[in-house]
Amino acid sequence: MAPSSTLFPSTLSRRTFLRTATAAGGGLMIGTYLPFGGETAAQIDALAAGTFEPNVWIRIGADDSVRIMLSMLEMGQGVMTAMPMLVAEELDVDWNKVVTEWAPADRRYGNPNFGGSQTTAGSNSTRGMWKVLRNAGASGRAMLVTAAARTWNVAEDTLSTDKGEVVHAASGRRLRYGALVDTAASLPVPATVTLKDPKAFRLLGQSLARFDIPQKVAGQAEFGVDVTRPGMLVARVVRCPVFGGKVASVNADKAKAVPGVRQVVQISTGIAVVADGYWAASKGVQALEIKWDEGALAGLNSADITKRFADLASRPGAIAREEGDADRALASAVRTVERVFEVPYLAHACMEPMNCTAEVTADRCDVWVPTQSQTATQAAAMAATGLPESKVFVHTSYLGGGFGRRGETDFVTDAVETAKAVGKPVKVMWSREDDIKHDYYRPVTYVRLWAALDAQGAPVAWKERLVQPSLLKRLQGSLDAMKGVDRISVDGAATLPYDIPNIRVEYTEADPGIPYGFWRSVGNSVNGYVTEAFIDELAAEAKKDAYEFRRALLAKAPRQRAVLELAAEKSGWGRPLAAGRFRGIAVHECFGSIIGQVTEVSVSAAGAVRVHKVTCVVDCGWVVNPDTIKAQMEGGILYGLTAALKGEITIKDGRVVQSHFGDYPPMRINEAPETEVFIVPSTEAPGGIGEPSTAVAAGSLVNAIYAATGKRIYRLPIRPEQLRQGTA
Amino acid sequence: MIALDVNGKRHEVDVPPDMPLLWVVREVLGLTGTKFGCGLGQCGSCTVHIDGTAVRSCQTTASAAVGKKVTTIEGLSPAATHPLQVAWVNEQVPQCGYCQSGQLMSAAALLARTPKPTDADIDRAMQGNVCRCGTYQRIRRAIHRAAGA
Repeated sequence: MAPSSTLFPSTLSRRTFLRTATAAGGGLMIGTYLPFGGETAAQIDALAAGTFEPNVWIRIGADDSVRIMLSMLEMGQGVMTAMPMLVAEELDVDWNKVVTEWAPADRRYGNPNFGGSQTTAGSNSTRGMWKVLRNAGASGRAMLVTAAARTWNVAEDTLSTDKGEVVHAASGRRLRYGALVDTAASLPVPATVTLKDPKAFRLLGQSLARFDIPQKVAGQAEFGVDVTRPGMLVARVVRCPVFGGKVASVNADKAKAVPGVRQVVQISTGIAVVADGYWAASKGVQALEIKWDEGALAGLNSADITKRFADLASRPGAIAREEGDADRALASAVRTVERVFEVPYLAHACMEPMNCTAEVTADRCDVWVPTQSQTATQAAAMAATGLPESKVFVHTSYLGGGFGRRGETDFVTDAVETAKAVGKPVKVMWSREDDIKHDYYRPVTYVRLWAALDAQGAPVAWKERLVQPSLLKRLQGSLDAMKGVDRISVDGAATLPYDIPNIRVEYTEADPGIPYGFWRSVGNSVNGYVTEAFIDELAAEAKKDAYEFRRALLAKAPRQRAVLELAAEKSGWGRPLAAGRFRGIAVHECFGSIIGQVTEVSVSAAGAVRVHKVTCVVDCGWVVNPDTIKAQMEGGILYGLTAALKGEITIKDGRVVQSHFGDYPPMRINEAPETEVFIVPSTEAPGGIGEPSTAVAAGSLVNAIYAATGKRIYRLPIRPEQLRQGTA
Repeated sequence: MIALDVNGKRHEVDVPPDMPLLWVVREVLGLTGTKFGCGLGQCGSCTVHIDGTAVRSCQTTASAAVGKKVTTIEGLSPAATHPLQVAWVNEQVPQCGYCQSGQLMSAAALLARTPKPTDADIDRAMQGNVCRCGTYQRIRRAIHRAAGA
């Protein structure tokens, strides 16, 4: 699709453009919807007749069709349906008439929570877009009401709207939106609009069926890996197995001799074998003879990283939160507890391996990609081609999983550089091994925790010291402006909700050189586990019930307390369980939502953990689509349980040891617990739903394991050998 | 040339005999509903039927499919009306959706031989199919629904 900037010069104000376009005749067209760009102004004018576009999000046709643009991308979290629900609620259209269309890379579709970047991450789609989209809908509705008022010569406040019609109740007259498009298009966009009272919601809060599911059960949904272009070749890119290594020399003779292999080219990320198809490209890869300059990390092992982090954790870090004097309270306390927690690097392991298709000419670059960021994709393609923003066109598809991995652009660079080198459209496809061995991993983290209890068992001091590679430093280059604190790393630690008089949270940045990135729930994937495991240990130390102990500390955090109470109630906390089964509880706030979970497990004599049931309570503010929230809770919990029970990326000689679903195993259906989700009714602003449940999964799990075995888990993933001779 | 019967249609394809059926289906025949997830038979995304049995098309050579009936997700039913596809919609099973063609093909093979599967039957038949979005609970529910349970 053409970025509208080519059709809508930025020097022309939107209002001026609206007036001009309207004066030029008939309806409005902003030119953001045409596929692949290149259409002439005349073609656009022809298409524009009889349409109403109050803003870049909405187009209503004379035939009552309603097209809503999608900027946030669909990776399973339901935004393709939830985002247009926000528009349609305020626009008051017939939901059955709504169709959607993917927006191009264009900053006018940006997410305010990402400074206007079109990025789908951080559980920010609803949180970042709800005001923009509801305003867009309300604005369109207001103009249609004004248009009807003028048509009937009645006061606007005598009119209402109902599923795509303006209604004049006094006379019983109704006008379809489609009949009002030309009049509405001639009106100015209102400066302010009033949003609906949530009590009047008709769509928001309903479990509307998702738009993408019929295609997905028919095998018709187009993922990045399914893109095909005329004359397209398929490439695989071989990277140095050691991070930071480079190609020293390459002999491609045997690879080029493989039937179907067309070219072998060196690009900045490695060696690309370009072939007629994936099979031939893979055979070519196997035939490549590459000598690597393995670089500085060739001797790095996971144990070295742990040793270095442990050493760093022996000294104070930058202060992320300080209340009272935790050190003094610890020094004078009757009882103290000190623990070390460790979590490993984790791969994302999206079901769809990384891929990208690119077509590059002297003055144009087209990229088809399953990405979490149109903006970052465009920037990567600009860097690889030297073309300006206006010449780089990003076409998106469904994502076969994202989880943070697809906010990166390494696969974009692969495709654009390869396509540029061979002068043909190229689809770069990663193998599963490429995907596991060359991820941007959830960073390895080393955490020390201290607490002090008074004589009655109440915690009087809490101190957390976290050593972790810094995502914020990766994004911004330095933590100096933040006084050495990465707020992403300490998310969920510095925000500890418990009422403890002396709290100190410290952060120390360390980067072993292994690529790291955003992984579902990010800093909370660590802190949701360690804080909830540690508070559970304090409860046991105080000889208190794990639920009651937390509840007493949440008097000043009513939302957390209500979630915790509901989780206890719904899970039957305190009531007897089947023989051999035990419960653990956890509560955590992140991404603007609060999650409480109770996990029910049994542990075999051999130490094998079986998760039977997870009861999940979520308070995520007012709700867009309840079934989508439930689905995200169910899925997020399994993602977190998989990591806690199985997930570990280890480094040996500077390279990743694991390579596929055999040694980086996902949970399977026979291991998956029953999950029951309860949504707390709320009028608070919407919170995120894609990530929070992942953050809580490990905490409630390890607490259940403690209840079952008396053993605390200080290092993930959980190993059966840690738990042998547990309950039967 | 290799002659293949895919979704009831005969195709003559010029591919090496050891090429996995997955790539024949996807890249030569353009039936992209069958997905590549691992290439190692570990994830089930590429599941198709050969003579009604669920197989991993990444581990099945083109030549091994000669003389047999290959069915992909595109051929499971006319207009996506298989009871499982209907149940998948009713239970709102897919999230990202990438693994779901394979899930459906494994489930369809299960129902064809076990019309009323128990949870244990489902565990056995479906554990080769990975879903990273974690839709297993809905998959189980949808299979029971399609079975009329």
